[in-house]
Amino acid sequence: MDAGERGGVSAALLPRDEAELVAAVAAAAAAGTPLALEGGGTKAGIGRPAQAERSLSTRELTGITLYEPSEMVIGARSGTPVALVEATLAERGQMLPFEPMDYRPLLGSEAEPTMGGVVGANLSGPRRVVAGACRDSLIGVRMVNGRGEAVTSGGRVMKNVTGLDLVKGVCGSWGTLAAFSEVTFKVLPTPETSATLVLHGLDDARAIKALSAGLGSPFEVSAAAHLPGTVERVPKTLLRLEGFADSVAYRAGRLRALLAPYGSSALLEAAQSAVLWRSIRDVTFLAEPRGEAIWRVSVAPSRAAAGVAAILDAAPARHLYDWGGGLVWLALPAAGDAGAAVVRAAFAGTGAHATLVRAPAEIRAVVDVFEPPAAPVRRLTAGIKASFDPRGIFNPGRMYAGI
Amino acid sequence: MSAIQFPAPDASILSRRAEIVAALARLVAPESLVTSEDELRAFETDALTAYRRMPLAVVLPSTTEEVAAVLRACHAMGVNVVPRGAGTSLCGGAIPQEDAVVLGLGKMNRVLDVGFADRTMRVQAGITNLSISAAVGAEGFFYAPDPSSQLACTIGGNIAMNSGGAHCLKYGVTTNNILGVRMVLVDGTIVDIGGDAMDAPGYDLLGLVVGSEGQLGVVTEATVRILPLAEGARPVLFGFDTSEQAGAAVAAIIGAGIVPVAMEFMDKPAIEICEAFAKAGYPLDVEALLIIEVEGSDAEMDAALARIVAIAREHGVRTVRESKSAMETAAIWKGRKSAFGATGRVADYICMDGTIPTGQLPLVLRRMDEIVKSYGLRVANVFHAGDGNLHPLIMYDVNDPEEARKAEDAGNDILKLCVEVGGCLTGEHGVGIEKRDLMRHQFTQADLDQQMRVRAVFDHGWRLNPAKVFPLDGRWTPASEAA
Ligand SMILES: Cc1cc2nc3c(=O)[nH]c(=O)nc-3n(C[C@H](O)[C@H](O)[C@H](O)COP(=O)(O)OP(=O)(O)OC[C@H]3O[C@@H](n4cnc5c(N)ncnc54)[C@H](O)[C@@H]3O)c2cc1C
Repeated sequence: MDAGERGGVSAALLPRDEAELVAAVAAAAAAGTPLALEGGGTKAGIGRPAQAERSLSTRELTGITLYEPSEMVIGARSGTPVALVEATLAERGQMLPFEPMDYRPLLGSEAEPTMGGVVGANLSGPRRVVAGACRDSLIGVRMVNGRGEAVTSGGRVMKNVTGLDLVKGVCGSWGTLAAFSEVTFKVLPTPETSATLVLHGLDDARAIKALSAGLGSPFEVSAAAHLPGTVERVPKTLLRLEGFADSVAYRAGRLRALLAPYGSSALLEAAQSAVLWRSIRDVTFLAEPRGEAIWRVSVAPSRAAAGVAAILDAAPARHLYDWGGGLVWLALPAAGDAGAAVVRAAFAGTGAHATLVRAPAEIRAVVDVFEPPAAPVRRLTAGIKASFDPRGIFNPGRMYAGI
Repeated sequence: MSAIQFPAPDASILSRRAEIVAALARLVAPESLVTSEDELRAFETDALTAYRRMPLAVVLPSTTEEVAAVLRACHAMGVNVVPRGAGTSLCGGAIPQEDAVVLGLGKMNRVLDVGFADRTMRVQAGITNLSISAAVGAEGFFYAPDPSSQLACTIGGNIAMNSGGAHCLKYGVTTNNILGVRMVLVDGTIVDIGGDAMDAPGYDLLGLVVGSEGQLGVVTEATVRILPLAEGARPVLFGFDTSEQAGAAVAAIIGAGIVPVAMEFMDKPAIEICEAFAKAGYPLDVEALLIIEVEGSDAEMDAALARIVAIAREHGVRTVRESKSAMETAAIWKGRKSAFGATGRVADYICMDGTIPTGQLPLVLRRMDEIVKSYGLRVANVFHAGDGNLHPLIMYDVNDPEEARKAEDAGNDILKLCVEVGGCLTGEHGVGIEKRDLMRHQFTQADLDQQMRVRAVFDHGWRLNPAKVFPLDGRWTPASEAA
């Protein structure tokens, strides 16, 4: 039966299995109907405003298809709630290594985030510094390209170099290349415990130096963030350790000694530490006021503080750093270009790139939400889009105009 | 062996050889252009030595601009190009064709920049894997992926093959440790992909380039992640009476929440061959050996090992031997990392590289043994036990064409078995020519067409390393689409 016709003519297409997904996409491709592809739709506010006629959601394509704890692998249909996958893993003492962030606090959405959405956005969280991003744990994808063909890349084994790695190509493509039907990940054991070392009162540049010293030490820092004076009364510089209790205790001692030049430090126990890193992961510090625009800047840590200083000189901004300084979150007034010119100028020439993750649709329609690529990269980007989706039916224009 | 086909060389290119060589001579210094038969011989094969093809010419550029000039010229003349690092590919990825120019990156072997605070390093593509770690070792850093060929192989080759190593269970493979590349496209366009930040903007082009086997562009520079060295590392040898026990111990270790840095498996033939070569103290009275390495401070390693030993005992381990010195550690790893070379001293061999779900290990080991025996051959098994990446070494006599054919057939049967049980044809060595004609066992035509469409975005006319990876028949081109 046609997945599309349930619930009225212009209702979302809600395929319940891969065959229905193929049929829905093939029909849209034949008719040239642009589709807004989504999972739970929690991140619908990210990107240039969609120019779609109809939405296709994979949220009814649910269920864990494979879980082998001793092989450290889990597979799920793309609409499976992230919460279900995480709970299933937790029962066996395992986790998604990349600690996917939850955008709901920042974007004010209440829907259920899905695994397909995690892949589409290449989400990751604080553990990114040691465990990689979503794309580093993703080992297999079943998907439907814009011609309505089911395509598989990768599989269920963690080492696989057979053919071109399309798994990486589609991860982080924001629904512009393919509709995912199933995604498979390698997973890790959940650490027995964790603790967080806290340094107080450092300015941004010095804080990032401390984070670099920690991350460059043998003590396996698994997350490194700085909450500056714009979000905390007294700036806090945070380094997380995870593992077996005896080992965490040992490394906390060594790390403290190593970072003694940055002042005295406090140690947060596992429970407090977990709450804190969850807020950092989800950037709740910048969630309110809702009216502000939110930027996400990816940059080499040693060049982060200077860029931020230039922004603070030019605009009333609040900010925080994750990934040892390599990820900067900024809140700026959502007026004019929402700070686009200021943010991009501040980081010009540093190899950084900035994404506008929260702003009113009118602003997202006129500023570059994603960093505009250099000419040869833009050509390749357009070519890859056409190779998956020649008629341009998937989220047209969401990342770049005309792509 | 002669089972694997090469495309017939283009006669019109061969007849224009003098003109093509003259054009290349205008672009690089005389010592960077190889044209004499004697010297070309060094480039006619890689580590898949059963196959050889003499290239039209070899160019050894010194700069990205020279690489761009050579590619632009070849593009204009309609000449195919085969990129080459150190030529250690085991799947024939770097084997040339008579009508192709080899572009060797060996002269571009410098470190360009090290950023300790950012834990990144920029290098030229022809630098060897081991030199990267050597350049930052004194400061306490290293580059993690460690293929056994690391003394010779280049980072450009590692990127092309998405190479792994014994320690990638903890640290990941090449694709997890590269942040950016400078690459020259087939028409000579220089493009920067990724950079030195952790996330790159837009589509993950870098993820497509890593593992693309020299088909999307010629990498001239790479920005790699460097990691802090652990306080200490200690390998331990665990000998078992059966492979099943060893396999069950691996599953139980992971089940207990322990992910060691490395878990390497050897069967009895491999143990004997490697021990004879490296004198590492491997137990000779067992059927299966695990080398498990842990890292950290002495106390941390003691604690982790106590947990691992307890699990191994539950699974009937017969011998446990810890490395007691840096020399012993070196010998233990020398034995494992020399497995291919040491096998080469006792017989000719082909090295397979399939990956399987680790739960299928007992079945696959049994079936593999039956397959190889059915061809009247012998096999030694080494593999990365934590991730299911198998390296059966099938031994044969290269001077006996019948036996060579049998070895190749046995290898193909093993790879098909890997796919059947849910694995794949290649875990880290790449497809090259060796597994090219097996691709349809793992992928549907729609899967392959999508890969080839992406390939065509970078190389419209199939000029870069064209005889590799995709079966020679049924290749997708923009023209076949229109038809
Ligand atoms: C004894 C031995 C042990 C080995 N052990 C391992 C192991 O443990 N793990 C593992 O993964 N592999 C291993 N290998 C395989 C091999 O070493 C790797 O595939 C290695 O990455 C190849 O590097 P290379 O520089 O020799 O590349 P080459 O063999 O010269 O080329 C390999 C491929 O890369 C392409 N290429 C090379 N340089 C570039 C460039 N700059 N730009 C674009 N394309 C390029 C070539 O066209 C070719 O397709 C081993 C090989 C041997 C002989």
